[in-house]
Amino acid sequence: MSALSLAVRNSNTMLRRNLLHARRYPSMTLNLLLQPIMMLLLFVYIFGDVMSAGIGGGGAERSDYIAYVVPGVLMITIGSTVIGAAVSVSMDMTEGLIARFRTMAVYRGSVLIGHVVGSVLQVLASVALLGAIAMAIGFRPTDATPLEWLAAFGLLALFALALTWIAVGMGMAGPNPEAAGNMAMPLILLPLISSAFIPADTMPGWFQPIAEYQPFTPAIETLRGLLLGTEIGHNGWIAIAWCVGLTALGYRWSTALFNRDPK
Amino acid sequence: MTTTTSHSLAIAAKGLRKAYGDKTVLDGIDLAVPAGTVFSLLGPNGAGKTTAVKILSTLITADVGDLRVGGHDLAADPQAVRAAIGVTGQFSAVDGLMTGEENMLLMADLHLLSRSEGRRTVAELLERFDLVEAAKKPVATYSGGMKRRLDIAMTLVGNPRIIFLDEPTTGLDPRSRHNMWGIIRELVSGGVTVFLTTQHLEEADELADRIAVLSDGKIDAEGSADELKRLIPGGHVRLRFADPAAYQSAAVALREATRDDEALSLQIPSDGSQRELRSILDWLDSAGIEADELTVHTPDLDDVFFTLTGPANAPSQPKENVR
Repeated sequence: MSALSLAVRNSNTMLRRNLLHARRYPSMTLNLLLQPIMMLLLFVYIFGDVMSAGIGGGGAERSDYIAYVVPGVLMITIGSTVIGAAVSVSMDMTEGLIARFRTMAVYRGSVLIGHVVGSVLQVLASVALLGAIAMAIGFRPTDATPLEWLAAFGLLALFALALTWIAVGMGMAGPNPEAAGNMAMPLILLPLISSAFIPADTMPGWFQPIAEYQPFTPAIETLRGLLLGTEIGHNGWIAIAWCVGLTALGYRWSTALFNRDPK
Repeated sequence: MTTTTSHSLAIAAKGLRKAYGDKTVLDGIDLAVPAGTVFSLLGPNGAGKTTAVKILSTLITADVGDLRVGGHDLAADPQAVRAAIGVTGQFSAVDGLMTGEENMLLMADLHLLSRSEGRRTVAELLERFDLVEAAKKPVATYSGGMKRRLDIAMTLVGNPRIIFLDEPTTGLDPRSRHNMWGIIRELVSGGVTVFLTTQHLEEADELADRIAVLSDGKIDAEGSADELKRLIPGGHVRLRFADPAAYQSAAVALREATRDDEALSLQIPSDGSQRELRSILDWLDSAGIEADELTVHTPDLDDVFFTLTGPANAPSQPKENVR
């Protein structure tokens, strides 16, 4: 068996193990889903009228704000769901089973790859659910072409991959699952200070750079552009650069920690 | 570089050294385990037993040392070593969220067995380790003994020729411990090499062909259980008195006995045979000495252990077999 097919088969085995965990103990995934759902409903039904008036230059309808906020909420869903990856990686590392894997002739990377692929699949399922809820409450991206839909899906997947690798690194670095979960909290907080809920240029001047120079804002702006036809500008490239950079960073960080001698 | 002797050695280590910061855990130890034998590393807590297993099983790297396991160099080709070994660590390496059967099938899958081959191997091992009834239950609900059995069964899925067992019976009840011993003997009869660490001297005595006593990162003695027992002074009969006056008169009468004034006890050298015991009893009767307690002490690995691992480890009272 070649090195590649060994890697694929071992990683597939690890992936099935992680999916089995997620299926059998869905409480963590469901808990993590609650937050973006609550935010969506809160911002649309409670803050929606005021927000619409704010972004639409007065007299806008609530549906305008639904259109504005949904791409942001989809990205938030990614940020909050990957926390599950940090926690489950950390749980794995504190258990003896990983030590067993390390002493077996399996492809070294398969443990982390299994976690990453499993987490990306879970994130995409969560995003699809949020998307369905958004449609149900009036989100209508009717102008998007099939190609734009495909690009939007690709962007969501790429962003999920990037944040998952970072979360896996946090899971490796945290001394226990709780600490790893706390370490991953910025992934929930970062979108709150992005252009998810209000446009960056309506924020106070001193704050705008904080909103602008972080991964969520360009990713959200690109998604908006793809689904709703707003101006994308440089955001597309910036978003892809963030995704590639974070993926590379998270990958290097995670594998370096994994290859270190365990305690 | 392969020497003629290392062919028949399952595990060979020369000058194995490992330190964490300025704390030396293993201070240049040599090990040679012939294929098909049971080797036991015996030592108190913190002696470095687990570190030795972790290094030899490729989990962590040694600082220095020429190490070969299954004929492969540990530093140069760890994957080849991994293909030859099975490891059951001190803490259970099972997936608590899955069932016993799922754990076993996971192992079969990682060993690249075909589906039917995997199912057959798993069914056999579950049967052999008495886990058929529990197979469909989550491992989190298993007892300690069941988890240990599953742990070893998982280690055996790949049919390893060299097995590392780090304190395999720690935390098991006496029945489970004896079952584990039976399992280990069975493995060895199938030609498997077993590297066992234990704190139970009885366990090393029962199972091991060769025993090395590890203390403070150094091997203090190595040999068969009998060889090690020969290293320390022979047995004795111990007489204990409640009454200081009776003790004094007995001590005067039995001049060759070793006195322990604080414990009010006397030790008479003896091999513990029926004949010697009778002559001592006759002699005590004729001298009119009546001890409150008489114990026969035969040398066992405990003595070796406490003698070799230093007085700091010795209990205030040596273990005695009351007859």
